[in-house]
Amino acid sequence: MGLPLMMERSSNNNVVELSRVAVSDTHGEDSPYFAGWKAYDENPYDESHNPSGVIQMGLAENQVSFDLLESYLEKKNPEGSMWGSKGAPGFRENALFQDYHGLKSFRQAMASFMQQIRGGKASFDPDRIVLTAGATAANELLTFILADPNDALLVPTPYYPGFDRDLRWRTGVRIVPIHCDSSNHFQITPEALEQAYQTARDENIRVRGVLITNPSNPLGATVQKKVLEDLLDFCVRKNIHLISDEIYSGSVFHASEFTSVAEIVENIDDVSVKERVHIVYSLSKDLGLPGFRVGTIYSYNDNVVRTARRMSSFTLVSSQTQHMLASMLSDEEFTEKYIRINRERLRRRYETIVEGLKKAGIECLKGNAGLFCWMNLGFLLDKETKEGELELWDVILKELKLNISPGSSCHCSEYGWFRVCFANMSEKTLDIALKRIHEFMDRRSGF
Amino acid sequence: MKQLSTKVTSNGHGQDSSYFLGWEEYEKNPYDEMENPNGMIQMGLAENQLCFDLIESWLAKNQDAASLKRKGQSIFRELALFQDYHGMPEFKKAMAEFMEEIRGNRVTFDPKKIVLAAGSTSANETLMFCLAEPGDAFLLPTPYYPGFDRDLKWRTGAEIVPIHCSSSNGFQITESALQQAYQQAHKLDLKVKGVLVTNPSNPLGTALTRRELNLLVDFITSKNIHLISDEIYSGTMFGFEQFISVMDVLQDKKLENTEVSKRVHIVYSLSKDLGLPGFRVGAIYSNNEMVVSAATKMSSFGLVSSQTQYLLSALLSDKKFTSQYLEENQKRLRSRQKRLVSGLESSGITSLRSNAGLFCWIDMRHLLDTNTFEAELDLWKKIVYNVKLNISPGSSCHCTEPGWFRVCFANMSEDTLDLALKRLKTFVESTDCGRMISRKSHERLKSLRKKTVSNWVFRVSWSDRVPDER
Repeated sequence: MGLPLMMERSSNNNVVELSRVAVSDTHGEDSPYFAGWKAYDENPYDESHNPSGVIQMGLAENQVSFDLLESYLEKKNPEGSMWGSKGAPGFRENALFQDYHGLKSFRQAMASFMQQIRGGKASFDPDRIVLTAGATAANELLTFILADPNDALLVPTPYYPGFDRDLRWRTGVRIVPIHCDSSNHFQITPEALEQAYQTARDENIRVRGVLITNPSNPLGATVQKKVLEDLLDFCVRKNIHLISDEIYSGSVFHASEFTSVAEIVENIDDVSVKERVHIVYSLSKDLGLPGFRVGTIYSYNDNVVRTARRMSSFTLVSSQTQHMLASMLSDEEFTEKYIRINRERLRRRYETIVEGLKKAGIECLKGNAGLFCWMNLGFLLDKETKEGELELWDVILKELKLNISPGSSCHCSEYGWFRVCFANMSEKTLDIALKRIHEFMDRRSGF
Repeated sequence: MKQLSTKVTSNGHGQDSSYFLGWEEYEKNPYDEMENPNGMIQMGLAENQLCFDLIESWLAKNQDAASLKRKGQSIFRELALFQDYHGMPEFKKAMAEFMEEIRGNRVTFDPKKIVLAAGSTSANETLMFCLAEPGDAFLLPTPYYPGFDRDLKWRTGAEIVPIHCSSSNGFQITESALQQAYQQAHKLDLKVKGVLVTNPSNPLGTALTRRELNLLVDFITSKNIHLISDEIYSGTMFGFEQFISVMDVLQDKKLENTEVSKRVHIVYSLSKDLGLPGFRVGAIYSNNEMVVSAATKMSSFGLVSSQTQYLLSALLSDKKFTSQYLEENQKRLRSRQKRLVSGLESSGITSLRSNAGLFCWIDMRHLLDTNTFEAELDLWKKIVYNVKLNISPGSSCHCTEPGWFRVCFANMSEDTLDLALKRLKTFVESTDCGRMISRKSHERLKSLRKKTVSNWVFRVSWSDRVPDER
């Protein structure tokens, strides 16, 4: 991934070049992860109008809890106007507000929300929160700050395909994979960490940090506390950073099963340890609001906070959006209810899909979080190779009309794993998808 | 030490410049009519606060737009999920039409060639990422917006080489200045990728003349480089002539659909014309498919909130509103500018004749102890700390002549502006030089005004007289 496109440069004196960044394919958009989306766009499933269309199971969206948000916002603004009634007082102040510190009330709301998600086991200082237009921007921004071009971040596989673009494209930073496999449920081991670090060193690449997603995308599972502690130890020993993308933290089915790196840091006094830890969060998954572009960096490092704040000028959150969400997120009664109900609904969805798949003879990794399950179709592969996996993926897309994400697009080192989303559709649609899978499995076993 | 990247340790963010320090001083002691009448008046912030009432009354009459409804039905879900980096089609269409309207509908903009960004700050940086390698250079006429040092260079690694403009011809861009800048880049071993201009200019408050625009297009054609025209102030043109966009010039020269047109890119934003900097709405317009494609993907790093796209597509699609707004905005800006200019004149301070923007470029060279930037900074400090006015010193805009300052006039009430002018007058009269000049200038200016011609026409004739080579 990420080979620069070979382009005829300057062969014609009249054509002035664009930058290497512009012409490279490091944006990663040619992967099947995105190709499946195109197939869906061309033939999208619709219950009434297109019941045999492609069902989108490759999009990690959370659509199960909108009603809670909608009714809250409706109650708060019965007259409809966002800035108050009759000519919108408060509008001009909001429209002018472009301070990269972010709206104080909104930062406080984010801090309290993040704290609630962690059951109060960690505290968040609103002044350490830097707002960005989505976690996409937050991850890129942190990479710009923590690493120079040609440096590397270590990332456990399988990982979110978007990282190839977000961490590498414009920053010039590399990703060196920490290989994880099913022998221990894809957990990060100290050996795998050392190996990844060594691989980088062998190629003379400077490692600047480790970036994990907790809970993991695409695994749909939380990272165990022991693993987090080992990770932090590793980072201290190598004198590098630890970035924890906790974008799915509010989507853990049982709150007690999630340990945030913030909890671990909470009990540490040594500043030199704390200062290397940075958390990324966003409202795109837990609240299902990817369109509003709300992301955040939380760092225990003053220098990082200060620089991130300045850099956030390139990616500020619309003040209109900050204003709308500030009071909702600081309404602790509401957020407590929302978090609880959201978890419950996601858990039920997860159980539905895992049960349904089991009945079809398909196993999934034991998951406890997120908007997707990690399904094992290794036994269906003709050949245990990337091509074999992509062939199967293509069959599922063309025959079953299901767009799911092949593990190879997530850089999984084992073939046959697929990420299947379950929260971006109605229950009915999920049933139909499961039915199609059932029928497919029946056909294959020669029923 | 685990260290941070060189971007952190460098000064590329530019925040130590006086431009930003003035803001910091203002934050410590901000003027308020009631609470803090002796506080500092902010004249360093190019905001447009003159027409909020028009937008507010539109909002009151169109409640759906801000409350995430369409025809009374909630579309919350649809908006919450919409994160397509191609942007909302209705919004891009409305933006394209608004940009056309600002240019008197003489040129057309294809919505498909618009890439949205979180403000023009993001748009300018994205264009740099697309057009320049680290170490490549863009030529910029001085004086220029201080934020460019950060926006164009910080994370991209690109360089800026100045095109020196001087007061001898109203700071207009000349052919020799362009060539000189180009050669200077070569001396510094920098590959020049393009020219970036702001039209109308910040901090000058003047629109580029047709002569300058022709010069620029000819120059980039011959050098085979790009031209970025940041037209963020295009809707603030209050002079009596129409705004000439680089698109007009391409059309007049019959260069549309040629290879040259693929090297011309426009940046726009709603932060200045509509006064909505908080909503983060910027755009790149390019005829170059590869630029549009790459920039579209890059916009993932700075998408416009769908909630905001929805609100503004409704606002900008209301043609009755937009035409009324543009007209009224221009009227109010013109009258504000006049108020500032005449107030300055009564203190013996002249300003560059302006026809656009939210600020004036004022001449305080006569108040300097010496013709140096040290003296300019001394004067600036006096004005900030003693007179309690935050204005922007020309050096922060890379002006090559000391003594020029940018003063904003659209971000405060009339009363506040009057107070600021009063304070300035008191200060000027307290300086020996000021007292002398004040009286002389007043006479000179009174007779100038008797010559009838409008500010703006004077500048046109001025430019016709200036030969290309100085």
